[in-house]
Amino acid sequence: MRTLAIALVLLSLAACQREERALRGDPMADESREKIALTSLSPGDSGPIEVRTGRGEEYTGNAYHQSEGKKLFKQMNCNGCHANGGGGMGVPLMDDTWIYGGRIENVVQTIREGRPNGMPSFRGKLPDEQIWQLAAYVLSMSRAVPQDVAPSRDDDMHPRPAESRQPAVTGVQGGTVPPSGEAPQ
Amino acid sequence: MRPRAGVACVLPLALAGCQGWQSALDPQGPQARSLADIIWVFTGVAVAVWVLVAVALAAALLRRRAEPPDPLSRAPDRERAMGYAVGGCVALTLVVILALTGYSYATQKELFSTHEGRITILLTGHQFWWDVRYEDPAPSRVFSTANEIHIPVGEPVRIKLEASDVIHSFWVPSLLGKQDLIPGRQNLVRLQADRPGVYRGQCAEFCGWQHAHMSLLVVAHPREEFEAWRDAQLASAAPPSTDEQKEGQRVFLSNPCMTCHTVRGTSAGAVAGPDLTHLASRRMLGAGMLPLTRGNLAAWVVDAPGVKPGVHMPSIKLEPHELHPLLAYLEGLK
Repeated sequence: MRTLAIALVLLSLAACQREERALRGDPMADESREKIALTSLSPGDSGPIEVRTGRGEEYTGNAYHQSEGKKLFKQMNCNGCHANGGGGMGVPLMDDTWIYGGRIENVVQTIREGRPNGMPSFRGKLPDEQIWQLAAYVLSMSRAVPQDVAPSRDDDMHPRPAESRQPAVTGVQGGTVPPSGEAPQ
Repeated sequence: MRPRAGVACVLPLALAGCQGWQSALDPQGPQARSLADIIWVFTGVAVAVWVLVAVALAAALLRRRAEPPDPLSRAPDRERAMGYAVGGCVALTLVVILALTGYSYATQKELFSTHEGRITILLTGHQFWWDVRYEDPAPSRVFSTANEIHIPVGEPVRIKLEASDVIHSFWVPSLLGKQDLIPGRQNLVRLQADRPGVYRGQCAEFCGWQHAHMSLLVVAHPREEFEAWRDAQLASAAPPSTDEQKEGQRVFLSNPCMTCHTVRGTSAGAVAGPDLTHLASRRMLGAGMLPLTRGNLAAWVVDAPGVKPGVHMPSIKLEPHELHPLLAYLEGLK
């Protein structure tokens, strides 16, 4: 009986490792090899070529990366244009409308390259890892990430409940640029 | 050496930790002194009570016992005496506890009395460094520095405590007790040093990976020296003088450094990391982790996560010829 109790206690220790954290990120100038297409048009009948390495799941499934992204969102003044996800000068991020696609690779590309009509490029300004963290946090605003990893706490006054309490939506695959997203001619 | 003798030799060594620039038992200011008094009074009273109880217990255990009395016989005098003894002890316990409570309350009330000081500092805790902002009614006299608080000797300084991410705690054992820095609210403490010197403080609330390396220095100057320091800190960064430093400034401003740091007098004005305007005037690097030398600075700039795993500064990829100019520029930020 006692052996059983000890074995059960030891077994419960297995639950102590919730997730792995990367102790150090990639060096500054490295860039992930993700390639996404923003249009379904391409020469030939193969369709556009995309590379998604699956790296995004490291970030969408990791609570630490998302809380780091939440901090960066404020530090890099994203809320200067997007407010706390509700949008302002920039588009809202907490809804399920995605001009350039709602998967994490698309959001990473948006942050790294910038987009027409105001979104600046953060290439060379943020290390790749932090861009991924930011993108994962942006997805958590509309709860396109699992509930147990979405940030559950706001550090200061916030106009809405924490991300983990948002209703879940599925990320929009998307990627076709509507006229509103095109550069002014 | 027998084990007991070994323990007896090693234990006094631990007392060596009770002195120096970070010790609550070596108070250097009024707040720390009243706390140290509390520690000694409580320890003294507790030891006295413990000795009395131990003596009474030993006496009861060791005394020679009489024949067991007849359970039916009664000795009213003896029972009354026992009643008085027990009642007296309970009353004494009550008095001691109430007296200690009153003493502790009165000291704490004095300790946490907030008042307007001539100098007010806003201390913000970040993972894993301290932002120190000297407030002033005149906006042109407000400035920020990091991980080093300078105060004039013999003058109470008011410190507002805030946190940007998680709960930290401000503790300078030689000068004052712990007070938490809590996101979304503001705590107030008073800091006063009676003697010029450098005192070490430490985050005292576990705040993450590098909690142990989140320390700060409190430097107490005579009044005139403090004013001179403040005027020097208020100035913008010295413009680079040599060609190497000019190249270093270009490297600083064209690399991600400026995404997080401020150097007043340049276009770098971000507040995610420590203010570097007068970096070279500080004693330590990485929140009290390393002495500020060129070698440490180089290691830090190139690979901060290698030096301090968990730090939020990423490793920066510089071209080989960019490092030395950058270091020359940073060392010129006096």
